[in-house]
Amino acid sequence: MRRDLPALIGTLILALLLAATVAAPFVAADPETMNLAAIHAPPSLSHPLGTDELGRDVAARLLHGGRVSLAVALATALLAAFLGTAIGLLAGYHGGRLDALLMRLTDGVMALPLLPLLIVLAALDPAKLGIGPEAQSTEAFTIGRMVVIIALVGWTGAARLVRAQTMTVKARDYVRAATALGATPARIMLRHILPNVASPMVVAATLSVGNIILVESALSFLGLGVQPPMASWGNMLTGAMNVIWSAPLQALWPGLAIFVTVLAFNLAGDGLQRRLDPRKV
Amino acid sequence: MSIWLLGRLAQAVMVLAVMSVVVHGLMGLMPGDPIDLMIASDPNLTPADAIRLKTLYGLDQPWGQRYLAWAAQVIQGELGYSRLFAQPVLAVIGPALLNSLTLMLAALVLSLLLAVPLGMVAAQRPGSLIDHAINASAFASASLPTFWLGLMLMLVFAVSLGWLPAGGMQSLGGDGGGLIDGLRHMALPVATLAIAGLGQYARHTRAAMLAEAGQDYIRTARAKGCGPVRIALKHQWRNALLPLITLLGLEFGSLFSGALITETVFGWPGMGKLIADAVMGNDFNLALSALMLATAMTLAGSLLADMAMARLDPRISLR
Repeated sequence: MRRDLPALIGTLILALLLAATVAAPFVAADPETMNLAAIHAPPSLSHPLGTDELGRDVAARLLHGGRVSLAVALATALLAAFLGTAIGLLAGYHGGRLDALLMRLTDGVMALPLLPLLIVLAALDPAKLGIGPEAQSTEAFTIGRMVVIIALVGWTGAARLVRAQTMTVKARDYVRAATALGATPARIMLRHILPNVASPMVVAATLSVGNIILVESALSFLGLGVQPPMASWGNMLTGAMNVIWSAPLQALWPGLAIFVTVLAFNLAGDGLQRRLDPRKV
Repeated sequence: MSIWLLGRLAQAVMVLAVMSVVVHGLMGLMPGDPIDLMIASDPNLTPADAIRLKTLYGLDQPWGQRYLAWAAQVIQGELGYSRLFAQPVLAVIGPALLNSLTLMLAALVLSLLLAVPLGMVAAQRPGSLIDHAINASAFASASLPTFWLGLMLMLVFAVSLGWLPAGGMQSLGGDGGGLIDGLRHMALPVATLAIAGLGQYARHTRAAMLAEAGQDYIRTARAKGCGPVRIALKHQWRNALLPLITLLGLEFGSLFSGALITETVFGWPGMGKLIADAVMGNDFNLALSALMLATAMTLAGSLLADMAMARLDPRISLR
């Protein structure tokens, strides 16, 4: 029990965060309402954490930013896990040429300097990809763009994990029995192998969420992720950096939110690993 | 060994070639091209001028042709001209490379000097209070967003206390340029990077030390009367180094590609900031060359790590 305490705390923090961000539109002020008469207001009853350089409520922006960050991170982790699982299953099950090709691809992507590559991907012009200006301005596009970009470089770990697991499971008797009974490769992969690679995948995916939040906030911080006026923890820090001499405390809250969230995901993931995969500890 | 090396080198060249195609293609998908930017900044440019310039730079050609032309030039060592800095690409990359190397090396050394002893101490008594404390701080350091850590250090040491400069490489005016001035400017970015890397190295050191703790040779050493400190330093540590070398090999590339975020926060003119500026400023030649260099160095790092492993551990044979 004592060993599970950090994981318990992590899970608890996550539950609270999730509840707070889900409830954000009902409890918090509007995050984009500006009030130039109350710039950098100190904390008060109506603005629990004060206001920012445009007089917007910092607490509301934190909560709404959290919605965006968490939505992006969870969706990215799912997409990356999906891509990685598909590639890992195919490579591990079929072996041979396909395996060699897919694994060289994985090694290649792993060898790339990630952040510079992400910056290039984030700086692409959606118009040149055939996405009209109207579709570009929607919230779904902003979030979807980040999800796709990060998942495109983030699937490699999952692919390696699933491939290794698939190769051990493939030799088990029940898989050979299924083959003998005439099951198709697709059925074997989905019905017999997938359930057996699921638990390490869940662990890896949970542990990846923290990293994804760090990457997303870094991109937003650089001005390439979630675009203002929409709030995200990363772009709140960009604003805070510009006013660091006049309103130093602005930089505290968004970073603290990122730190606590990432820490919570890492603790929960670590605990999950102990539970589901005790050999690896 | 040499056949293995040739294979790996060929593979690295392949990855580089594929990467160059991908990055070149992606850069073409970024908003505007250099001439569009010129038109926007110079009202005297007539449409006829623009068309002439596009022909001159080959921008009217299809993408495949442009890639081949660019690749042919690069192979001949001609990296082109940086639009953003109005200098040849090599002249821009040189100093940035040196700045990144200084920063990253200092941070890596500092980080290792702190993390390795911490990891060793933690591995001495797994499950003890000190192990838990070290583990917890390692977890915390791995969860810190570097740009926020940088901002917080800046807030405390530059804004509130005023002890250290908030950014740049040297002071402007009379007191700039000296060694002390340079070190003062390095302090905050180096501290940021060192703290950010600390957790990872400490955790890996601990794991590597623990993996050796149960080995027979440790029991032998203990049986012949070796003290715990001597065992840890003389026996355990030498073997625990091996997995750490792999980790360092992965870090090797970042010595040259710099720390994009930390450099941006502190205005440190290294490779990371250069890549970010070049990509965002649509400086095609510079961004491509810098990215390719970063990729090449990352590949070289993992190759060097594998070679070092094979050299140091006779149990590993290279195919």
